[in-house]
Amino acid sequence: MGLPIRVLLAKVGLDGHDRGVKVVARTLRDAGMDVIYTGLHRTPEEVVNAAVQEDVDILGISLLSGAHMTICPKIMQLLEDKDAADTIVVVGGVVPDEDVTPLKEMGVKELLLQDTPPKEIVARLEKLVEERGPR
Amino acid sequence: MSTLNKEDPKQLVKQLELWEDNEVNTFLNKQPEREDNFYTLGGFPVKRTYTALDTKDIPIDDIGLPGQYPFTRGPYPTMYRSRYWTMRQIAGFGTGEDTNNRFKYLISQGQTGLSTDFDMPTLMGYDSDHPMSDGEVGREGVAIDTLADMEALFDGIDLEKISVSMTINPTAWILLAMYIALAKRRGDDLNKLSGTVQADILKEYVAQKEYIYPISPSVRIVRDCITYCAENMKRYNPINISGYHISEAGSSPLHEIAFTMANATTYVEEVVKTGMDVDQFAPRLAFFFVGQADFFEEIAKFRAARRVWAKIMKNQFGAKKAESMRLRFHCQTAAASLTKPQYKVNIMRTTVQALAAVLGGAQSLHTNGMDEAFAIPTEEAMKIALRTQQVIADETNVANVIDPLGGSYFLENLTTQYENKIFEILDEVKEKGGTIKLIEEGWFQKHIADFAYETALKKQDGQKPVIGVNKYVEENEQADITTHPYDSTTADRQISRLQTVRATRDNNKIEKLLNELIEVAKDERQNIMPITIELVDAGATMGDIVEKLRTLWGTYRENPVF
Repeated sequence: MGLPIRVLLAKVGLDGHDRGVKVVARTLRDAGMDVIYTGLHRTPEEVVNAAVQEDVDILGISLLSGAHMTICPKIMQLLEDKDAADTIVVVGGVVPDEDVTPLKEMGVKELLLQDTPPKEIVARLEKLVEERGPR
Repeated sequence: MSTLNKEDPKQLVKQLELWEDNEVNTFLNKQPEREDNFYTLGGFPVKRTYTALDTKDIPIDDIGLPGQYPFTRGPYPTMYRSRYWTMRQIAGFGTGEDTNNRFKYLISQGQTGLSTDFDMPTLMGYDSDHPMSDGEVGREGVAIDTLADMEALFDGIDLEKISVSMTINPTAWILLAMYIALAKRRGDDLNKLSGTVQADILKEYVAQKEYIYPISPSVRIVRDCITYCAENMKRYNPINISGYHISEAGSSPLHEIAFTMANATTYVEEVVKTGMDVDQFAPRLAFFFVGQADFFEEIAKFRAARRVWAKIMKNQFGAKKAESMRLRFHCQTAAASLTKPQYKVNIMRTTVQALAAVLGGAQSLHTNGMDEAFAIPTEEAMKIALRTQQVIADETNVANVIDPLGGSYFLENLTTQYENKIFEILDEVKEKGGTIKLIEEGWFQKHIADFAYETALKKQDGQKPVIGVNKYVEENEQADITTHPYDSTTADRQISRLQTVRATRDNNKIEKLLNELIEVAKDERQNIMPITIELVDAGATMGDIVEKLRTLWGTYRENPVF
């Protein structure tokens, strides 16, 4: 059996809605993943630095404020600048349907929107890591 | 002690036994019930039916009459027979002008009170041109940086005539100061202003997570709002002690009320410490609860909340005035119950939740828009939500009898169970060291996260049915919906006015006042409101005030629990 999947979950910007991210954190922890949660009100720089330092497989961004089209491009750019573009980025929260394609085009691998069942979140993340292959 | 029922309990017990042995058993043999055990959404076991046996131990004085201690049946003796609840749809987006237009539209549609949603930078105390505000200006609410924005927000609206609620917390005192400064400029009488500012900072640490400073100075600010209003604005509610966000963050309905009561008593203790008599400020303390999906449980919850508050105020704080003991609350239907799939079904969810609020005796009500799982609501969605309330008020006749479910064996039993459990939790909070200590330890937060997690698992396995999500799912559904657009010129328009204010004000005066602010903040015996009113009147921005105080108080960071 390989090493557990390492996940950094982050709240970026001013959005304080943390119900979902905490449910996801617990779900992934219960599924055997190593989960780090940044807590609230982080900047894109703080989050990307933490992702790099912790050498995570997955960076999960939780956003319910509507600011995803401002925040996500910054995060993708910073990951590239730090030579960490192979980090799997997933976004969870409230994202309008029309923003899904642009987010995927900028490199977000998966969107976990409202009411995604916990088991499905685990399965989708495991699949993404499997598809990426060993680092 | 006299109780509700005079029937002979022995006879009833026998009747019940015979019924179970005969009628019930005959049916159960033909077809079992849907579940072995039934529970409320909050986890209270529910029996097959209720009889006088379930209410025989409830003191009749605990039920009482409307407008009478302990106010179980309603805060007023005539309730909706004199005036319907205030129909108060929250609105806020873009700049002051944008939201002003929505306000005027809602008033033209028969809305009877205003309620303001602010954008994230305003809620968190950042000016619109701060880097943290990037992408957030005017998006989730209206952007307010200076008094000039407030003037635009309420342009052409008579503040002496309509009540205005402002949903804002860590920066509530600055918005309140702007509201006061605006009213003063217009020559309004402060004692004629009615409305509410949320200013409930404790539930922010517990649930909604909008905070700036550490707990102690933040509670002091709330205390200052309460005492200032008690002395200067006799019709204004200086706080809206809120369970809504506790519920939305995932808590059970029981914890919603119990935690809110823990917070409320903490504020009362803080104000009493200043030497103010409890009856001078308690009548203006207002509450805010959610209207969740479990219909009868919600009604019992509202009734129990009123009874508990009345007993706390009378027995714990020695209140003498009835007004200090009667709990008045605003209700909003449960946003977290809204779904994206088959989104029009949200109208039905909202209707049932709103009916529970009305039967539970709410003083004002916001019904959610059907499209709020997508974005902030469109004008059309808000109109239907408002019409929902108008149908309940004008077409169903439910408002003609006060507390029509009072005396129901089930409702009275559940109300009393709620009361008992709430007091048990309040005792536990006291034993464990009090509200603030438990916030710091993450105790409330852990309870909320636990129930949120359980709820997610119950939705996953279908134990908690959600139509369109885990039941009656339509595969490949395409939502036919137009959502509220975000105007990309908002930030530029907002920042331009902010810069104009900065360029035209007397900066030396601002500097001098900001230094005075620090001196007032250092001296806990002083009230922070007057100097803040002076500051905003002189053109200080929200960010000026917040950042200055950050140099004294620092920033709060929570240690998250999940």
